[in-house]
Amino acid sequence: MSGAFFTLLLRDLRLAARSGGSAALALAFFALVATLVPLGVGADLKLLARVAAGVLWVAAVLAALLSLDRLFQGDFDDGSLEVIALSPLSLESVAAAKLLAHWLSTGLPLTLLSPVLALLFNLSPVGTWALFLSLLVGTPAVSAVGAVGASLTLSLKRGGLILPLIILPLLAPVVIFGAGAVQGALDGLSNGAFGFLAAFSLAAVLLSPFVAAACVRLNLAG
Amino acid sequence: MFRYANPAVFMRLSSVLLPIFAVIAIVALAVGLVMGLRVPPDYQQGMTVLIMFVHVPAAIVAEIAYGAIAAASLVSLVWRHPLADTAARAAAPLGAVFTGLGLVTGMLWGRPMWGAYWVWDARLTSFLLLEFLFLGYIALWNAIEDETRAARACAILALVGAVNLPIIKFSVDWWNTLHQGESILSGKLAPVYLWPLLIMAAGYMALFAALWLLRIQTEILNRRARNLMQGP
Repeated sequence: MSGAFFTLLLRDLRLAARSGGSAALALAFFALVATLVPLGVGADLKLLARVAAGVLWVAAVLAALLSLDRLFQGDFDDGSLEVIALSPLSLESVAAAKLLAHWLSTGLPLTLLSPVLALLFNLSPVGTWALFLSLLVGTPAVSAVGAVGASLTLSLKRGGLILPLIILPLLAPVVIFGAGAVQGALDGLSNGAFGFLAAFSLAAVLLSPFVAAACVRLNLAG
Repeated sequence: MFRYANPAVFMRLSSVLLPIFAVIAIVALAVGLVMGLRVPPDYQQGMTVLIMFVHVPAAIVAEIAYGAIAAASLVSLVWRHPLADTAARAAAPLGAVFTGLGLVTGMLWGRPMWGAYWVWDARLTSFLLLEFLFLGYIALWNAIEDETRAARACAILALVGAVNLPIIKFSVDWWNTLHQGESILSGKLAPVYLWPLLIMAAGYMALFAALWLLRIQTEILNRRARNLMQGP
């Protein structure tokens, strides 16, 4: 049982690393968005330090969004999702394994890269540390909510366009609390944002595999 | 409840209810507007207080519309009630329009009172996100070709949204609060304003109910027409 889980996890991680290196592409996207923002708003270091948390959080969410089609869509298109669904592993565990693989190949690298980008935004060490922690805790929620959206839009030919419209409003709390936690750390006060972020993340990761499995089942049934 | 799953029974029942709701809507909106236009100006807000009579009911109905979609979706997922799918789908564009109306009237009120059309106030922002939820829901319905699959996918989306809405609302409130708090239930509103507001709210709700029933009826008739075209 757990063997199948880890096999699937490893398979998805290998696919993320090898097929066109989409994990690396998400990182490049993240870095590029963060590079374009100062070009747009100007090189005022004080201003950049103030908007850093929000910009990097939004960029991270968008970068994770880009790689969501890897979650189920590829396996659905070539039929391997049906084979995986026939395995003794329950679809809920399949969804959990894929969610974990998506986070390990997208959310975690984004988090590890964030301190470097924080340097470009003149974020103080306290802020950088808070950003790192908030991304570490918050990006699983992005993968979890994203998994629901990705499984809902499985059968769509142009699901990539509709996916952001569906899941970005649902991710508003993550961005608010994620950036809020950094702001709180910068202002030297504990505003509780980090706790709310962790709570949202836990709930999302816990519930998402069940919802995603229901959606996959629905799309395989037809 | 399952008796009303039969479209024929629903058509009979709704053709009785629809004119009733329509009459209530027309009368209440007419009376409410006339009463609303005659209220004295507020000591702080001046005549802009009149916007409240078209703004607050729109916001209430928008929330009711999402609640209606979520409830219909739950019924559809649990009991596979085909009429519930139609009802959920029919309510979505209405919800989007009422949310848009609430947003636009809120912006028109915000310009003189807050000095800007949009101030990223918590309630405005959560309503903007609600509008996007409606639009995403409608887009998903239109994007999936197979009707039963679209119905179930949208039902799941509606329930995920319903679970998430209070969290979104809480997070946005936590983020920024400028909008005045609730004042209808807590009795802080003077009766001279309360009565037109309540009548307008009743009118909006009746209007929503009438339009909703009409849209469900239209969808049932459309389906019948399609079946007739395809032949036996």
